[in-house]
Amino acid sequence: MSDVYDRVKRIVVERLGVEEAEVTSEANFKDDLGADSLDVVELVMELEDEFDLEISDEDAEKITTVGEVVNYIQSHA
Amino acid sequence: MEQRVVVTGMGVITSLGTDLDTFWNSLLAGKSGVSLIEAFDTTDYPTKIAAEVKGFNPEEFGIDKKESRKMDRFVQFALAASLKAIDDSGLRIGENVDSERIGVSVGSGIGGLGTWEDQHTILMEKGPRRVSPFFIPMMIANMASGQISIATGAKGPNTTAVTACATGTHSIGDSYKMIQRGDADVMICGGAEATIRPIAMAGFSNMRAMSTRNEEPEKASRPFDTDRDGFVMGEGSGVLILESLEHALKRGAKIYAEVIGYGMSGDAHHMTEPDPDGAARCMKRAIQDAGIAPDAIEYINAHGTSTPVGDKSETTAIKTTFGDHAYKLAVSSTKSMTGHMLGAAGGVEAVILGLSLKNGVLPPTINLDNQDPECDLDYVPNVPRKADISVALSNSFGFGGHNATIIMRKYGA
Repeated sequence: MSDVYDRVKRIVVERLGVEEAEVTSEANFKDDLGADSLDVVELVMELEDEFDLEISDEDAEKITTVGEVVNYIQSHA
Repeated sequence: MEQRVVVTGMGVITSLGTDLDTFWNSLLAGKSGVSLIEAFDTTDYPTKIAAEVKGFNPEEFGIDKKESRKMDRFVQFALAASLKAIDDSGLRIGENVDSERIGVSVGSGIGGLGTWEDQHTILMEKGPRRVSPFFIPMMIANMASGQISIATGAKGPNTTAVTACATGTHSIGDSYKMIQRGDADVMICGGAEATIRPIAMAGFSNMRAMSTRNEEPEKASRPFDTDRDGFVMGEGSGVLILESLEHALKRGAKIYAEVIGYGMSGDAHHMTEPDPDGAARCMKRAIQDAGIAPDAIEYINAHGTSTPVGDKSETTAIKTTFGDHAYKLAVSSTKSMTGHMLGAAGGVEAVILGLSLKNGVLPPTINLDNQDPECDLDYVPNVPRKADISVALSNSFGFGGHNATIIMRKYGA
């Protein structure tokens, strides 16, 4: 659990230029972390590379928080 | 009523400095910004030299790290130069200028070539699903003007000229006209370029357009000299704040110079080979627009790229335009020091024109050791010259046969 969360957090911090403390499980990418639609696409690409999985466009659209990403990765990786 | 237009702010990002004082002093010292390329391994490239902006860090210019990551290097240069120019002008958008009355026209000859190259490599290596969603907005040539407005809140006219090496001068000339006819009170205008990249160096090399004087980088750009062997690529940005005289006086702005004329023409001749007739028509049109006599022009900042054909062609055009007066006016090519910054060149050279008029000094053409007999004008060889000039002209000519000329007058002269 913590491993996936930490790896997601590192990517989010780097890509969105936010502080680590902001990347909580409840944090919403658009509302809390200032991501726009292109940021989210880029983030998904990087997560796919990092965890060697494919996130479909439909699934990606449903993911809105950090916690949801972590759950998705844990159940698909 | 037509508005008079003045220059009230300037900013540069160049190999010779990223602030006006350092830049101007380097020009007067006859310093070359050309050196061996550090951006990539040039082993397989015939040209290994360029005028790079080394150690450029957008954050030092007040550009947010998160935002700068989504900007091609040419946009970073453009925004950095624009923020410097705005600061220099004393304008505070939304306070001492109505945000809807200040516009932007900062062009690029090529656009985000580095982004193209990086993303194309990703496409080839990893496939279409890995091409960045930021590829298109980072690469398009109009994004400098877009990002400048986003960063500064300038909501007036927002546009972009893309005319190769004439881009900067077209951007400034077009902006001058916009203010003159009342579309805006202030324009942030100029050019930016960042093409010291493998694909561009290979392309220009194969045109046989670039100098290969790799063993003596600082002597490679030598306009009007017998031994010139092509241009040297530069990079960076030059941005002016143009403002209606009325608006500038009302807020007590410092004034560098007045823009009084703009000319444009097309060669209708060849993709890359210049036609002196096109350049001559362009200068004549600018002189006509300024409503002055040709012999009022005392200094020309030449396009002067250091290519064998181009320098000769411009010399011929100056003689066609000015007749005997061609031998009395001074001409210099500051590309001998800055390299050829392509779409940024006109912006940077307009800054130089403004500083020459304000300071009463003409920057030299360096490396002019043996003047080409076919280039027989006064090119201010090797050392700067004190000259209290009143009217000066800057030329830019681009592939495609795009010609642009602007004329400035010392303010109050």
